[in-house]
Amino acid sequence: MATTVTTSTDGKTWGGGNEPMGVSYGKMMMWFFIVSDALTFSGFLAAYGFSRFKFIETWPVADEVFTHFPFMHGVSAPMYYVALMTFILIFSSVTMVLAVDAGHQMNKNKVILYMFLTIIGGLIFVGSQAWEWKNFIKGEYGAIETKGGSILQFVKNDANHSRVALADFAANIPTERVQDTRSKGIWFFDEPAIPTYTVEQITEGFKAHPDVLVRTEVIDPTTKHKTILTREESLKRMETAHYVVEGANLTRNEYGSKLFADFFFFITGFHGFHVFSGVLINILIFFNVLLGTYERRGSYEMVEKVGLYWHFVDLVWVFVFTFFYLV
Amino acid sequence: MSHDHAHESNVGRIWKVFFVLSAITIVEVFLGITKPHGLHFTNVLGMNLLNWIFIILTIAKAYGIMWAFMHLEGEKAALRWSIVGPLVFLIIYLIFILLVEADYIFGVFKNSTIKWNF
Repeated sequence: MATTVTTSTDGKTWGGGNEPMGVSYGKMMMWFFIVSDALTFSGFLAAYGFSRFKFIETWPVADEVFTHFPFMHGVSAPMYYVALMTFILIFSSVTMVLAVDAGHQMNKNKVILYMFLTIIGGLIFVGSQAWEWKNFIKGEYGAIETKGGSILQFVKNDANHSRVALADFAANIPTERVQDTRSKGIWFFDEPAIPTYTVEQITEGFKAHPDVLVRTEVIDPTTKHKTILTREESLKRMETAHYVVEGANLTRNEYGSKLFADFFFFITGFHGFHVFSGVLINILIFFNVLLGTYERRGSYEMVEKVGLYWHFVDLVWVFVFTFFYLV
Repeated sequence: MSHDHAHESNVGRIWKVFFVLSAITIVEVFLGITKPHGLHFTNVLGMNLLNWIFIILTIAKAYGIMWAFMHLEGEKAALRWSIVGPLVFLIIYLIFILLVEADYIFGVFKNSTIKWNF
Protein backbone atom coordinates (compact mmCIF):
# COMPACT_ATOMS: atom_id res chain seq x y z
CA MET A 1 0.00 0.00 0.00
CA ALA A 2 3.07 2.18 -0.21
CA THR A 3 1.74 3.85 -3.30
CA THR A 4 -1.38 5.18 -1.69
CA VAL A 5 -0.54 6.00 1.90
CA THR A 6 2.48 7.99 2.87
CA THR A 7 3.12 8.53 6.51
CA SER A 8 6.69 9.78 6.47
CA THR A 9 6.80 13.20 8.02
CA ASP A 10 10.48 13.60 8.71
CA GLY A 11 10.74 16.07 5.81
CA LYS A 12 13.95 14.66 4.35
CA THR A 13 14.00 15.19 0.60
CA TRP A 14 15.87 11.97 -0.23
CA GLY A 15 14.67 9.85 2.63
CA GLY A 16 11.82 8.24 0.77
CA GLY A 17 8.23 9.19 1.22
CA ASN A 18 8.83 12.67 -0.08
CA GLU A 19 6.20 13.53 -2.63
CA PRO A 20 7.17 15.89 -5.43
CA MET A 21 4.74 18.79 -5.62
CA GLY A 22 2.83 17.34 -2.68
CA VAL A 23 0.92 14.82 -4.72
CA SER A 24 1.05 11.04 -4.51
CA TYR A 25 2.64 8.90 -7.20
CA GLY A 26 -0.66 7.62 -8.58
CA LYS A 27 -2.25 11.04 -8.86
CA MET A 28 0.88 12.47 -10.44
CA MET A 29 0.85 9.77 -13.10
CA MET A 30 -2.85 10.39 -13.77
CA TRP A 31 -2.03 14.06 -14.28
CA PHE A 32 0.80 13.15 -16.67
CA PHE A 33 -1.65 11.09 -18.68
CA ILE A 34 -4.29 13.82 -18.64
CA VAL A 35 -1.85 16.47 -19.85
CA SER A 36 -0.71 14.29 -22.75
CA ASP A 37 -4.25 13.28 -23.64
CA ALA A 38 -5.37 16.90 -23.47
CA LEU A 39 -2.68 17.75 -26.01
CA THR A 40 -3.91 14.92 -28.22
CA PHE A 41 -7.43 16.31 -28.21
CA SER A 42 -6.07 19.82 -28.76
CA GLY A 43 -4.29 18.51 -31.83
CA PHE A 44 -7.55 17.06 -33.16
CA LEU A 45 -9.56 20.18 -32.49
CA ALA A 46 -6.84 22.41 -33.93
CA ALA A 47 -6.81 20.21 -37.05
CA TYR A 48 -10.58 20.67 -37.23
CA GLY A 49 -10.03 24.43 -36.98
CA PHE A 50 -7.42 24.19 -39.74
CA SER A 51 -9.83 22.49 -42.13
CA ARG A 52 -12.62 24.82 -41.19
CA PHE A 53 -10.54 27.94 -41.79
CA LYS A 54 -9.37 26.43 -45.06
CA PHE A 55 -13.00 26.09 -46.23
CA ILE A 56 -14.38 28.92 -44.14
CA GLU A 57 -16.83 30.07 -46.81
CA THR A 58 -18.42 26.67 -47.35
CA TRP A 59 -18.24 24.89 -43.98
CA PRO A 60 -21.58 23.43 -42.81
CA VAL A 61 -23.57 25.42 -40.24
CA ALA A 62 -23.91 23.22 -37.15
CA ASP A 63 -27.45 24.10 -36.18
CA GLU A 64 -28.65 23.11 -39.65
CA VAL A 65 -27.04 19.70 -39.22
CA PHE A 66 -27.87 18.65 -35.68
CA THR A 67 -31.58 19.33 -35.39
CA HIS A 68 -33.00 16.17 -33.88
CA PHE A 69 -34.51 15.59 -30.48
CA PRO A 70 -35.94 12.27 -29.27
CA PHE A 71 -39.71 11.84 -29.76
CA MET A 72 -39.90 15.11 -31.68
CA HIS A 73 -39.78 13.86 -35.21
CA GLY A 74 -39.74 16.49 -37.91
CA VAL A 75 -39.31 19.32 -35.43
CA SER A 76 -36.16 21.33 -35.96
CA ALA A 77 -34.57 21.52 -32.52
CA PRO A 78 -30.98 22.63 -32.93
CA MET A 79 -28.62 22.43 -29.98
CA TYR A 80 -31.14 21.19 -27.38
CA TYR A 81 -30.02 17.59 -27.61
CA VAL A 82 -26.30 18.26 -27.25
CA ALA A 83 -27.08 20.71 -24.46
CA LEU A 84 -28.88 17.87 -22.72
CA MET A 85 -25.87 15.60 -23.28
CA THR A 86 -23.63 18.29 -21.80
CA PHE A 87 -25.83 18.45 -18.70
CA ILE A 88 -25.75 14.68 -18.33
CA LEU A 89 -21.97 14.66 -18.46
CA ILE A 90 -21.56 17.62 -16.09
CA PHE A 91 -24.00 15.98 -13.72
CA SER A 92 -22.08 12.71 -13.76
CA SER A 93 -18.99 14.77 -13.00
CA VAL A 94 -20.81 16.13 -9.97
CA THR A 95 -21.76 12.68 -8.71
CA MET A 96 -18.14 11.61 -9.25
CA VAL A 97 -16.80 14.48 -7.19
CA LEU A 98 -19.41 13.68 -4.53
CA ALA A 99 -18.09 10.10 -4.49
CA VAL A 100 -14.57 11.43 -3.98
CA ASP A 101 -15.86 13.66 -1.18
CA ALA A 102 -17.62 10.71 0.47
CA GLY A 103 -14.36 8.78 0.12
CA HIS A 104 -12.54 11.44 2.10
CA GLN A 105 -15.02 10.85 4.90
CA MET A 106 -14.57 7.06 4.54
CA ASN A 107 -18.30 6.74 3.93
CA LYS A 108 -18.49 3.54 1.93
CA ASN A 109 -22.22 3.54 1.25
CA LYS A 110 -22.21 7.05 -0.11
CA VAL A 111 -19.25 6.24 -2.36
CA ILE A 112 -21.17 3.25 -3.69
CA LEU A 113 -24.26 5.34 -4.41
CA TYR A 114 -22.41 8.15 -6.15
CA MET A 115 -20.15 5.83 -8.15
CA PHE A 116 -23.27 4.01 -9.32
CA LEU A 117 -24.92 7.27 -10.42
CA THR A 118 -21.73 8.28 -12.24
CA ILE A 119 -21.70 5.00 -14.17
CA ILE A 120 -25.37 5.44 -15.10
CA GLY A 121 -24.68 9.00 -16.29
CA GLY A 122 -21.76 7.81 -18.41
CA LEU A 123 -23.87 5.09 -20.00
CA ILE A 124 -26.67 7.54 -20.80
CA PHE A 125 -24.13 9.84 -22.41
CA VAL A 126 -22.63 7.09 -24.59
CA GLY A 127 -26.15 6.03 -25.58
CA SER A 128 -27.04 9.61 -26.50
CA GLN A 129 -23.97 9.86 -28.64
CA ALA A 130 -24.91 6.65 -30.43
CA TRP A 131 -28.32 8.16 -31.19
CA GLU A 132 -26.67 11.34 -32.45
CA TRP A 133 -24.44 9.28 -34.73
CA LYS A 134 -27.42 7.31 -36.00
CA ASN A 135 -29.21 10.49 -37.08
CA PHE A 136 -26.06 11.90 -38.59
CA ILE A 137 -25.35 8.75 -40.61
CA LYS A 138 -28.95 8.33 -41.72
CA GLY A 139 -29.36 11.93 -42.83
CA GLU A 140 -32.68 13.60 -43.32
CA TYR A 141 -33.04 15.38 -46.66
CA GLY A 142 -30.40 14.04 -49.00
CA ALA A 143 -28.37 16.11 -51.43
CA ILE A 144 -26.68 16.11 -54.82
CA GLU A 145 -22.94 16.07 -55.31
CA THR A 146 -21.71 17.98 -58.36
CA LYS A 147 -18.86 16.98 -60.65
CA GLY A 148 -16.67 19.43 -58.78
CA GLY A 149 -17.42 17.74 -55.47
CA SER A 150 -19.63 20.37 -53.89
CA ILE A 151 -22.96 19.61 -52.28
CA LEU A 152 -26.31 20.97 -53.49
CA GLN A 153 -29.22 20.90 -51.08
CA PHE A 154 -32.85 21.70 -51.86
CA VAL A 155 -35.25 24.22 -50.39
CA LYS A 156 -38.81 25.31 -51.08
CA ASN A 157 -39.32 28.62 -52.82
CA ASP A 158 -41.24 30.14 -49.90
CA ALA A 159 -40.60 32.78 -47.25
CA ASN A 160 -38.46 30.75 -44.86
CA HIS A 161 -36.95 28.45 -47.50
CA SER A 162 -37.77 25.22 -45.67
CA ARG A 163 -35.73 22.19 -46.64
CA VAL A 164 -37.03 19.69 -49.18
CA ALA A 165 -36.13 16.02 -49.08
CA LEU A 166 -35.17 14.17 -52.24
CA ALA A 167 -38.19 11.90 -51.81
CA ASP A 168 -40.50 14.92 -52.13
CA PHE A 169 -39.63 15.69 -55.71
CA ALA A 170 -37.75 12.75 -57.24
CA ALA A 171 -39.27 11.72 -60.57
CA ASN A 172 -40.65 8.23 -60.83
CA ILE A 173 -38.46 6.95 -63.64
CA PRO A 174 -37.97 3.20 -63.86
CA THR A 175 -34.40 2.17 -63.27
CA GLU A 176 -32.65 -1.09 -63.94
CA ARG A 177 -29.90 -0.51 -61.49
CA VAL A 178 -30.17 -2.78 -58.46
CA GLN A 179 -27.87 -3.33 -55.53
CA ASP A 180 -25.33 -6.02 -56.37
CA THR A 181 -25.11 -8.63 -53.69
CA ARG A 182 -23.24 -11.87 -53.35
CA SER A 183 -26.51 -13.75 -53.43
CA LYS A 184 -27.10 -12.47 -56.97
CA GLY A 185 -24.09 -14.33 -58.22
CA ILE A 186 -21.49 -11.62 -57.88
CA TRP A 187 -19.52 -13.43 -55.26
CA PHE A 188 -16.15 -11.83 -55.77
CA PHE A 189 -16.81 -8.25 -54.76
CA ASP A 190 -19.05 -6.05 -52.67
CA GLU A 191 -20.34 -2.68 -53.70
CA PRO A 192 -21.27 0.16 -51.41
CA ALA A 193 -24.99 0.69 -50.88
CA ILE A 194 -26.38 2.51 -53.89
CA PRO A 195 -28.51 5.61 -53.25
CA THR A 196 -32.30 5.32 -53.22
CA TYR A 197 -32.58 7.59 -56.26
CA THR A 198 -30.59 7.90 -59.43
CA VAL A 199 -29.15 11.22 -60.55
CA GLU A 200 -31.58 11.15 -63.47
CA GLN A 201 -34.60 10.78 -61.18
CA ILE A 202 -33.48 13.77 -59.16
CA THR A 203 -32.61 16.04 -62.09
CA GLU A 204 -35.86 15.23 -63.94
CA GLY A 205 -37.84 15.64 -60.73
CA PHE A 206 -36.15 18.96 -60.12
CA LYS A 207 -37.14 20.22 -63.57
CA ALA A 208 -40.74 19.14 -62.94
CA HIS A 209 -41.01 20.99 -59.60
CA PRO A 210 -40.67 24.75 -60.21
CA ASP A 211 -41.10 25.52 -56.49
CA VAL A 212 -37.83 23.82 -55.55
CA LEU A 213 -34.55 25.75 -55.43
CA VAL A 214 -30.93 24.77 -54.96
CA ARG A 215 -29.09 25.80 -51.83
CA THR A 216 -25.31 25.81 -52.23
CA GLU A 217 -22.61 25.34 -49.63
CA VAL A 218 -21.45 28.95 -49.90
CA ILE A 219 -22.18 31.06 -46.84
CA ASP A 220 -23.47 34.52 -47.70
CA PRO A 221 -21.45 36.92 -45.54
CA THR A 222 -24.31 39.42 -45.27
CA THR A 223 -26.76 36.91 -43.74
CA LYS A 224 -24.40 34.14 -42.56
CA HIS A 225 -26.76 31.64 -44.13
CA LYS A 226 -26.15 29.33 -47.06
CA THR A 227 -26.73 30.94 -50.44
CA ILE A 228 -29.97 30.04 -52.22
CA LEU A 229 -29.90 30.21 -56.01
CA THR A 230 -32.65 31.53 -58.25
CA ARG A 231 -34.63 29.03 -60.31
CA GLU A 232 -32.55 29.70 -63.45
CA GLU A 233 -29.24 29.41 -61.60
CA SER A 234 -30.53 26.29 -59.87
CA LEU A 235 -31.36 24.60 -63.17
CA LYS A 236 -27.96 25.51 -64.53
CA ARG A 237 -26.23 24.19 -61.43
CA MET A 238 -28.18 20.94 -61.58
CA GLU A 239 -26.61 20.19 -64.95
CA THR A 240 -23.41 19.30 -63.11
CA ALA A 241 -25.22 16.79 -60.85
CA HIS A 242 -23.07 13.75 -60.49
CA TYR A 243 -24.05 11.66 -57.48
CA VAL A 244 -26.91 11.34 -55.02
CA VAL A 245 -25.79 11.65 -51.39
CA GLU A 246 -27.95 10.42 -48.53
CA GLY A 247 -26.73 10.70 -44.97
CA ALA A 248 -23.06 10.60 -44.10
CA ASN A 249 -20.09 8.29 -44.26
CA LEU A 250 -16.35 8.82 -44.32
CA THR A 251 -16.35 9.47 -48.08
CA ARG A 252 -19.17 11.97 -48.52
CA ASN A 253 -22.03 13.48 -46.58
CA GLU A 254 -25.15 15.43 -47.39
CA TYR A 255 -24.28 18.29 -45.03
CA GLY A 256 -21.43 19.76 -47.04
CA SER A 257 -17.66 19.57 -46.79
CA LYS A 258 -16.42 15.98 -46.77
CA LEU A 259 -14.00 16.78 -43.98
CA PHE A 260 -16.86 17.87 -41.74
CA ALA A 261 -18.20 14.34 -41.35
CA ASP A 262 -14.70 12.88 -41.05
CA PHE A 263 -13.86 15.18 -38.17
CA PHE A 264 -17.25 14.64 -36.59
CA PHE A 265 -16.81 10.87 -36.59
CA PHE A 266 -13.20 11.01 -35.51
CA ILE A 267 -13.38 13.55 -32.70
CA THR A 268 -16.73 12.63 -31.16
CA GLY A 269 -15.82 8.98 -31.69
CA PHE A 270 -12.51 9.37 -29.90
CA HIS A 271 -14.25 11.22 -27.10
CA GLY A 272 -17.01 8.61 -26.93
CA PHE A 273 -14.32 5.94 -26.68
CA HIS A 274 -12.87 7.82 -23.71
CA VAL A 275 -16.28 7.94 -22.06
CA PHE A 276 -16.74 4.24 -22.70
CA SER A 277 -13.33 3.39 -21.19
CA GLY A 278 -14.16 5.70 -18.29
CA VAL A 279 -17.36 3.79 -17.64
CA LEU A 280 -15.46 0.48 -17.67
CA ILE A 281 -12.81 1.81 -15.27
CA ASN A 282 -15.54 3.25 -13.05
CA ILE A 283 -17.24 -0.16 -12.97
CA LEU A 284 -13.99 -1.82 -11.87
CA ILE A 285 -13.51 0.71 -9.08
CA PHE A 286 -17.19 0.41 -8.18
CA PHE A 287 -16.77 -3.31 -7.57
CA ASN A 288 -13.63 -2.68 -5.56
CA VAL A 289 -15.59 -0.28 -3.40
CA LEU A 290 -18.35 -2.86 -3.00
CA LEU A 291 -15.82 -5.49 -1.96
CA GLY A 292 -14.38 -3.12 0.61
CA THR A 293 -10.89 -2.97 -0.92
CA TYR A 294 -10.41 0.71 -0.17
CA GLU A 295 -12.02 0.40 3.24
CA ARG A 296 -9.31 -2.11 4.16
CA ARG A 297 -6.64 0.01 2.49
CA GLY A 298 -7.73 2.91 4.63
CA SER A 299 -7.89 5.31 1.69
CA TYR A 300 -10.24 5.98 -1.19
CA GLU A 301 -7.54 7.62 -3.28
CA MET A 302 -8.22 5.25 -6.17
CA VAL A 303 -11.70 6.78 -6.48
CA GLU A 304 -10.00 10.16 -6.63
CA LYS A 305 -7.73 9.03 -9.45
CA VAL A 306 -10.48 7.65 -11.67
CA GLY A 307 -12.38 10.79 -10.75
CA LEU A 308 -9.61 12.87 -12.31
CA TYR A 309 -9.93 10.89 -15.52
CA TRP A 310 -13.71 11.21 -15.50
CA HIS A 311 -13.58 14.99 -15.06
CA PHE A 312 -11.08 15.16 -17.87
CA VAL A 313 -13.56 13.45 -20.19
CA ASP A 314 -16.12 16.07 -19.18
CA LEU A 315 -13.57 18.81 -19.79
CA VAL A 316 -12.91 17.58 -23.32
CA TRP A 317 -16.64 17.44 -24.05
CA VAL A 318 -17.01 21.09 -23.04
CA PHE A 319 -14.56 21.99 -25.81
CA VAL A 320 -16.01 19.58 -28.37
CA PHE A 321 -19.45 21.05 -27.64
CA THR A 322 -18.19 24.57 -28.26
CA PHE A 323 -16.24 23.92 -31.43
CA PHE A 324 -18.62 21.48 -33.10
CA TYR A 325 -21.99 22.89 -32.12
CA LEU A 326 -21.66 26.53 -31.08
CA VAL A 327 -18.87 28.33 -32.88
CA MET B 1 -4.40 12.98 0.86
CA SER B 2 -2.18 15.97 0.94
CA HIS B 3 -4.89 18.53 1.46
CA ASP B 4 -5.21 19.96 4.91
CA HIS B 5 -9.00 19.85 4.77
CA ALA B 6 -9.23 16.28 3.55
CA HIS B 7 -11.94 15.29 5.98
CA GLU B 8 -14.30 18.21 5.84
CA SER B 9 -17.12 18.02 3.36
CA ASN B 10 -17.21 20.17 0.24
CA VAL B 11 -20.71 19.22 -0.83
CA GLY B 12 -22.06 22.76 -0.74
CA ARG B 13 -19.29 24.06 -2.92
CA ILE B 14 -19.66 21.17 -5.40
CA TRP B 15 -23.31 22.01 -5.98
CA LYS B 16 -22.52 25.67 -6.30
CA VAL B 17 -19.99 24.94 -9.04
CA PHE B 18 -22.49 22.66 -10.73
CA PHE B 19 -25.07 25.43 -10.86
CA VAL B 20 -22.55 27.91 -12.23
CA LEU B 21 -21.48 25.44 -14.97
CA SER B 22 -25.12 24.73 -15.82
CA ALA B 23 -25.94 28.43 -15.97
CA ILE B 24 -23.03 29.02 -18.35
CA THR B 25 -24.21 26.16 -20.56
CA ILE B 26 -27.74 27.57 -20.62
CA VAL B 27 -26.42 31.00 -21.62
CA GLU B 28 -24.33 29.37 -24.38
CA VAL B 29 -27.28 27.43 -25.76
CA PHE B 30 -29.52 30.49 -25.57
CA LEU B 31 -27.00 32.59 -27.49
CA GLY B 32 -26.38 29.73 -29.92
CA ILE B 33 -30.07 29.50 -30.80
CA THR B 34 -30.97 33.19 -30.87
CA LYS B 35 -27.66 34.37 -32.37
CA PRO B 36 -28.15 38.08 -31.51
CA HIS B 37 -27.46 40.12 -34.62
CA GLY B 38 -25.33 42.69 -32.82
CA LEU B 39 -22.94 40.01 -31.54
CA HIS B 40 -22.98 37.76 -34.58
CA PHE B 41 -22.04 40.49 -37.05
CA THR B 42 -19.55 42.48 -35.00
CA ASN B 43 -16.00 41.39 -35.68
CA VAL B 44 -13.31 41.77 -33.05
CA LEU B 45 -9.78 40.60 -33.85
CA GLY B 46 -10.84 38.61 -36.89
CA MET B 47 -13.70 36.72 -35.26
CA ASN B 48 -17.28 37.70 -34.46
CA LEU B 49 -18.15 38.69 -30.92
CA LEU B 50 -20.52 35.73 -30.46
CA ASN B 51 -17.71 33.22 -31.06
CA TRP B 52 -15.46 35.11 -28.66
CA ILE B 53 -18.17 34.88 -26.00
CA PHE B 54 -18.53 31.14 -26.61
CA ILE B 55 -14.79 30.58 -26.31
CA ILE B 56 -14.44 32.71 -23.18
CA LEU B 57 -17.40 30.96 -21.52
CA THR B 58 -15.88 27.59 -22.46
CA ILE B 59 -12.60 28.52 -20.83
CA ALA B 60 -14.55 29.65 -17.76
CA LYS B 61 -16.22 26.23 -17.65
CA ALA B 62 -12.86 24.50 -18.08
CA TYR B 63 -11.53 26.55 -15.16
CA GLY B 64 -14.50 25.49 -13.01
CA ILE B 65 -14.02 21.82 -13.86
CA MET B 66 -10.25 21.82 -13.34
CA TRP B 67 -10.15 23.97 -10.22
CA ALA B 68 -13.19 22.65 -8.33
CA PHE B 69 -13.86 19.14 -9.65
CA MET B 70 -10.29 18.11 -10.38
CA HIS B 71 -9.32 19.93 -7.21
CA LEU B 72 -6.44 21.92 -8.59
CA GLU B 73 -7.32 24.72 -6.17
CA GLY B 74 -6.21 22.48 -3.30
CA GLU B 75 -2.93 21.45 -4.93
CA LYS B 76 0.42 23.19 -4.66
CA ALA B 77 1.11 26.05 -7.06
CA ALA B 78 4.01 24.05 -8.54
CA LEU B 79 1.67 21.25 -9.63
CA ARG B 80 -0.92 23.70 -10.98
CA TRP B 81 1.66 25.46 -13.08
CA SER B 82 3.22 22.23 -14.34
CA ILE B 83 -0.19 21.20 -15.66
CA VAL B 84 -1.72 24.45 -16.87
CA GLY B 85 1.45 26.17 -18.12
CA PRO B 86 2.51 23.69 -20.83
CA LEU B 87 -1.11 23.16 -21.91
CA VAL B 88 -1.88 26.85 -22.32
CA PHE B 89 1.39 27.57 -24.10
CA LEU B 90 1.33 24.60 -26.49
CA ILE B 91 -2.37 24.92 -27.33
CA ILE B 92 -2.13 28.63 -28.11
CA TYR B 93 0.98 27.99 -30.21
CA LEU B 94 -0.64 25.10 -32.09
CA ILE B 95 -3.83 27.02 -32.79
CA PHE B 96 -1.85 30.04 -33.93
CA ILE B 97 0.30 28.25 -36.51
CA LEU B 98 -2.52 26.05 -37.83
CA LEU B 99 -5.11 28.78 -38.21
CA VAL B 100 -2.70 31.22 -39.84
CA GLU B 101 -1.66 28.52 -42.29
CA ALA B 102 -5.26 27.55 -42.99
CA ASP B 103 -6.18 31.16 -43.65
CA TYR B 104 -3.33 31.36 -46.13
CA ILE B 105 -4.50 28.22 -47.94
CA PHE B 106 -8.02 29.65 -48.03
CA GLY B 107 -6.58 32.71 -49.77
CA VAL B 108 -4.79 30.52 -52.30
CA PHE B 109 -8.01 28.70 -53.17
CA LYS B 110 -9.97 31.94 -53.33
CA ASN B 111 -7.61 34.22 -55.23
CA SER B 112 -5.74 31.98 -57.62
CA THR B 113 -6.85 29.90 -60.56
CA ILE B 114 -7.19 26.81 -58.38
CA LYS B 115 -10.91 26.48 -57.69
CA TRP B 116 -12.67 24.29 -55.21
CA ASN B 117 -16.03 24.34 -56.99
CA PHE B 118 -15.57 23.84 -60.67
